[in-house]
Amino acid sequence: MAFLRNKLRPFRAAHVGLAGLVVLAACLGCGQSYGQSYGQTKNTCLDCHSTLPDPLGVSQEKFSQDIHAQKGLTCASCHGGDATSDDADKAMSRKAGWKGKIDRKQIPQLCGSCHSDPAYIRQFNPSLRTDQLDQYRTSVHGKRFAAGDTKVAVCTDCHSVHDLRAPSDLHSTVNPVNVAKTCSRCHADPGYMKGYSIPTDQFAKYSASVHHTALAVRGDLSAPTCSTCHGNHGAAPPGVDKVQNVCSNCHAFQAQMYEKSTHKKAFEAASLPGCVVCHSNHGIRHPTDAMVGAGPDAVCMRCHNPGDACDQARAGLLSNLRRLDEANKRADSILRVAESSGMEVSEARLGQDQARDSLTKARVTIHSFRTDLVDADIQAGLKIAAQNLQAGKDAMVERNYRRLGFGISVIAIGIVLAGLRLYIKKIEN
Amino acid sequence: MFAAVRRWLDERFDLDDLTAPLRHKTVPSHRLSYWYFLGGITLFLFVIQVLTGILLLLYYRPGANEAFESVQYIMTRVRFGWLVRSIHSWSANLMIFTAFAHMFSVLFLKAYRKPRELTWVSGVLLLFLVMGFGFSGYLLPWNTLAFFATKVGTEITGQIPIVGKPMMVFLRGGGDVTGATLTRFFGFHVAVLPGIATLLLLVHLLLVQRLGMSIPPKLEVQWTADPSAQREMKFFPNFLLRELMAWYVALGVLGALAAVFPWNLGVKADPFVSAPAGIKPEWYFLFMFQTLKLIPSKVLFIDGEVLGVIAFGLVGLLWLLLPFFESDQPSHMKRWITGFSVFALAYVAGMSVYGLLAK
Repeated sequence: MAFLRNKLRPFRAAHVGLAGLVVLAACLGCGQSYGQSYGQTKNTCLDCHSTLPDPLGVSQEKFSQDIHAQKGLTCASCHGGDATSDDADKAMSRKAGWKGKIDRKQIPQLCGSCHSDPAYIRQFNPSLRTDQLDQYRTSVHGKRFAAGDTKVAVCTDCHSVHDLRAPSDLHSTVNPVNVAKTCSRCHADPGYMKGYSIPTDQFAKYSASVHHTALAVRGDLSAPTCSTCHGNHGAAPPGVDKVQNVCSNCHAFQAQMYEKSTHKKAFEAASLPGCVVCHSNHGIRHPTDAMVGAGPDAVCMRCHNPGDACDQARAGLLSNLRRLDEANKRADSILRVAESSGMEVSEARLGQDQARDSLTKARVTIHSFRTDLVDADIQAGLKIAAQNLQAGKDAMVERNYRRLGFGISVIAIGIVLAGLRLYIKKIEN
Repeated sequence: MFAAVRRWLDERFDLDDLTAPLRHKTVPSHRLSYWYFLGGITLFLFVIQVLTGILLLLYYRPGANEAFESVQYIMTRVRFGWLVRSIHSWSANLMIFTAFAHMFSVLFLKAYRKPRELTWVSGVLLLFLVMGFGFSGYLLPWNTLAFFATKVGTEITGQIPIVGKPMMVFLRGGGDVTGATLTRFFGFHVAVLPGIATLLLLVHLLLVQRLGMSIPPKLEVQWTADPSAQREMKFFPNFLLRELMAWYVALGVLGALAAVFPWNLGVKADPFVSAPAGIKPEWYFLFMFQTLKLIPSKVLFIDGEVLGVIAFGLVGLLWLLLPFFESDQPSHMKRWITGFSVFALAYVAGMSVYGLLAK
């Protein structure tokens, strides 16, 4: 097909250098900078299209932000034609391979003509993968697209067009920080999603989740967004029996515990989706000890009956977790007061990190659903917290001892001063 | 018993003759006499520094791998180690404060006039030494703040034209602040500076003893016109007992600070982490630090920091030689010195407060 022949060959060094000089001269001349315009060749299309209204308009500034433009590709690389010709008829002649607006049905194939070619892509970015089109074909989007559904996402829907940026660019629609918003453009639109039997509240739920807070608020780029769990080009639901495989990519210890637990077998037998049963999927909240409680946030009692053996084990777990949490708070509190009083308690403060780690470890061990293992972590933490609490108490006793000593010294100094004053008076009289 | 010992000593050393200057020495008595106590308080704090410093030496180990831990050991394990270390640190700061106060009181009471020019010179040199004590001692616990403050401080030394760079390398014991710097600073702090300070202190005390206490100029004129108005007290025991009271008050203040606000140890220095934000030197260097911060990076063709360092050097030299610009006769220069003194005090105080509050 014609569009497959439009692949741009990398320019020879001389051409790149010459083009670079032209662009540099242009930039210096007009006093404007359009980002990294190295390697850009003559692109007469923009002479007209930068002045046209949407949907035909593409501004110089917008196109200069496009990663393809920055790598030296022109409009003709995708649309065909002759971008070097100043004559509009010649530039947009069918003879020169001009295709005009790209048919939506041809977009994945057009992008794949370059991005599925390792030899070609290596010239620009040797580490860039070239299996996007293959992955896309396995995705729900790709399968429905192949079946003739053109409403589903194609490359340009997610990556944008004419100002397509590298995913590492913060302004890119597929930068981790922006992925959820990009997906939500379709998936949170009930009108657009009408006819598909999936909910449209995923984005709202995700926006209130601990993962979103970590990614968007704390700026932790390792926190998950849509594509982390669903895949990007091969996007699909993980599947009920594969959920823990997805979560375990980050929550490895919890997954190891869960793998050996009785709950895994029970959930599989009941076709329940592992982690999601207790933690939900898109709207995952920060886990608290209340999850193993008996209140409104409790998850155990959704399946178990009050008073049964599991309920009793749950109550024991909660009680132990709270005991360690309170022991840690007591130790932290007294150490804080001692430190603010100028006492040297840095060793005990450091030791409190271990006590807090024990609590965190116990919370992770809960995924084994074994009270003996959780108890072992709790006891280890309680022992450390007790030692640190004692260190804090000792420091406070020492602080009070110092202040008492100071009080006695002040009285002694006062007596000496009064004595000296009286003596001076006596000898001067 | 006491009389017997005294008689025994008197027979051999003629104690009466030896203590005659003490018995005959008098101190002018007027409404500004209390300013005379500042020098004595500074001396008392210096003695405290020497004593607590010797006690700290019993446990302190100079070296990048041991210094912090040894100070931590002193504060947590050694009996009353916390008290000794806190008193040493607080006493150092109080001593610098009283030394500054003593200098400005001498300045405003014009006690530096003829024949006391050299007393002033030795006093100003002692003040510089005391600041050197502060700078070198600050690094010894090897904590983060001290490490980076020393880095900045020695970098400023490196800005001095021609000799700056070699001086910086000499102070640091290499190109950067390392364990070698700590060892050097320890040497300066416990051997070089105390030796010079003791000699200068003896000269200073000898000059004070030889020349007596200065009387403020206005009072001197009044007393010359009306000798019957002249008041004085015996140095021993009247003045010394009052001085003793001042020392006791200083001891009480030191005890209060050490007991209620023990000196913080901070976090061990890590040369591989970046400097904490908003790092500042100790308060007595703040006015210089803030001034250097305010000078533009380039003034005409001269580097701003270099200009600042040169200016401070010249002002320091001028300060040292201040008495030699003063004359016995009323003159324009006299008023100029008074104005300069007022400006200097306002500048040091203002810039220190500004530096403290600035982010």
